[in-house]
Amino acid sequence: MEKHLSDKFYTAMKKLEPRYPTKKALILPALHQAQEEYGWLPKEVLAEIAEYIGVHAAQIREVASFYTMYNLKPVGKNHIKICTNVACCLRGADELMSFAEKKLGIKCGETTPDGLFSLSEEECLGACTTAPAMMANDDYIEELDVNKLNDFIEKMKVVKS
Amino acid sequence: MSQTTLFEQHFWKESNRTLEYYLQSMNGYQAAQKVLKEMSPDQVIDEVKKGNIRGRGGAGFPMGMKWSFIPKASEKPKYLVCNADESEPGTCKDRQIIRYTPHLLIEGLIIGSFAIGCKHAYVYIRGEYVREAKLLNAAIDEAYAKGYLGKNIFGSGFDLEITVHRGAGAYICGEETGLLNSLEGKRGEPRVKPPFPAVSGAFGCPTAVNNVESIANVPHLIRMGGDAFAQLGKVDKSGGTRLISLSGHVKKPGVYEIQAGSMTLRQIIDHLGGGVINDKKLKAVIPGGSSSPILSADEIDVVYDVEPLMKVGTMMGSAAIMVIHEDTDLVKLLMRITKFYEHESCGQCTPCREGCHWMESILHKIIHHEAKPSDLDLLVDVAQNIGGKTLCALGDAAAGPVISFVKKFRPEFEAYIKGQKIYA
Ligand SMILES: Cc1cc2nc3c(=O)[nH]c(=O)nc-3n(C[C@H](O)[C@H](O)[C@H](O)COP(=O)(O)O)c2cc1C
Ligand code: SF4
Ligand code: FES
Repeated sequence: MEKHLSDKFYTAMKKLEPRYPTKKALILPALHQAQEEYGWLPKEVLAEIAEYIGVHAAQIREVASFYTMYNLKPVGKNHIKICTNVACCLRGADELMSFAEKKLGIKCGETTPDGLFSLSEEECLGACTTAPAMMANDDYIEELDVNKLNDFIEKMKVVKS
Repeated sequence: MSQTTLFEQHFWKESNRTLEYYLQSMNGYQAAQKVLKEMSPDQVIDEVKKGNIRGRGGAGFPMGMKWSFIPKASEKPKYLVCNADESEPGTCKDRQIIRYTPHLLIEGLIIGSFAIGCKHAYVYIRGEYVREAKLLNAAIDEAYAKGYLGKNIFGSGFDLEITVHRGAGAYICGEETGLLNSLEGKRGEPRVKPPFPAVSGAFGCPTAVNNVESIANVPHLIRMGGDAFAQLGKVDKSGGTRLISLSGHVKKPGVYEIQAGSMTLRQIIDHLGGGVINDKKLKAVIPGGSSSPILSADEIDVVYDVEPLMKVGTMMGSAAIMVIHEDTDLVKLLMRITKFYEHESCGQCTPCREGCHWMESILHKIIHHEAKPSDLDLLVDVAQNIGGKTLCALGDAAAGPVISFVKKFRPEFEAYIKGQKIYA
């Protein structure tokens, strides 16, 4: 089978192996590591993880599909996830979502045609006392307002890959 | 009253998270050293029992009792698993502990592991806390480098490894058996109990699952002694301090610390939160995370702790208070809460899966002025039929808000049904 995952992936896994009593426990760490390399989890990658763990590929997909953070479809280069749960809602999250949709020209759940941005609605991020909050890729932006949201989008538009 | 705090004074400054600060300014690792060198596991558990510390994760279960359920003699390894999933809407206190006082958590894990006989502890941290997982791992590395983790800690012969395991976005993984499944590389679906984790938890072995704040309190408890720790609490059977996540319509939202049971809900909102924003009128308060039944504005002169809140029909949960002012559409807010549970229900139990779905669709009808008057009773009826009939407490968590919102704010729901508009 052609390898898709890097040496870095296998080195990281080797380091983790002795830290768990079963190999299956490495499924979540492996999915995280693979997604970090690929941005999402294509079929071939799931199959390669399955082979590494020693289970059927369908089992890996079954696990991965339970968790919202694993992207089983490609996502934009930048993923904006706006929390719309209670504390953020009380602090104006809905208006921020509308602003983001307008600014990006897409609906929540979609990706811009240039593949630069995906927009999602998120459940509570654990940043309720600094609400509203969003995740911008791996980082949080808290006490979010239209200006901060606008600045992030503008900044990411000019960042070249 | 002036408050004795154990955490807050160390928060909000990044340099405080280092081992150096912990050793110099917080008597770092002295409690673990004392425990490993001078105490027996039973003595530690007794001390924790004396401290009257109740679980900070939501259920408020006495921590010392939980540890005493772990069988002393066991052929199998035993595990201490720290719940850092922090997924109950409204809650953001564990994040501050990990960010600013990670060594308190590590030292607590050493003491707890020694007490129950665990050689490998896991911290299950929600996947979104990417930065916090890195910070925690950096602190763990510091502790390994100093010999506070690994083999033969403090020359006592006790060994301990700690591994941080990242979740991947699923509220239900905060439920302890869902969490254990997730740790084992499975879907995070809650398990049938019994067997309870104390008998068969992580990897089929005896396991104690404790919240971050619970574990981070243990070094304080040992340092000051169980009795002194218990006395910090101002109500029965509740020792130490509580970290409160105060959010919503208050002037000063934030994570605050009070001695357990030392303030009423109203005092917390007024004195710590600075009152309601824009000097609006208070309408309602969700006192313990979105799963806790709502209180109306005239019900908040209640002491803020586990048992007093239980007596007024709600719960302290994870101590996440969400304040709601007069201009808020509670029907829409309940819809948002219900949508959350509908989304997060793992679907194993029919009453929870179907009930959440039903409640959401009835609320949808109400909001779109398509409901009949009898639908309101149907809504409550559906909610009442979830409670107590499910594998885990998510079912009750979804039902409680519906029942309490309708009971206390019925006219708002009726207005929608009559086609009246109260809010723009
Ligand atoms: C749906 C659901 C979600 C939960 N989420 C969390 C959570 O995010 N963090 C937590 O510590 N406990 C959570 N709990 C409670 C745990 O099941 C468990 O009681 C707790 O981790 C035990 O720790 P403690 O005794 O120190 O509180 C949740 C429970 C349920 C039913
Ligand atoms: S009560 Fe709901 S979330 Fe809990 S196990 Fe049953 S279906 Fe899953
Ligand atoms: S409700 Fe948005 S971060 Fe908690």
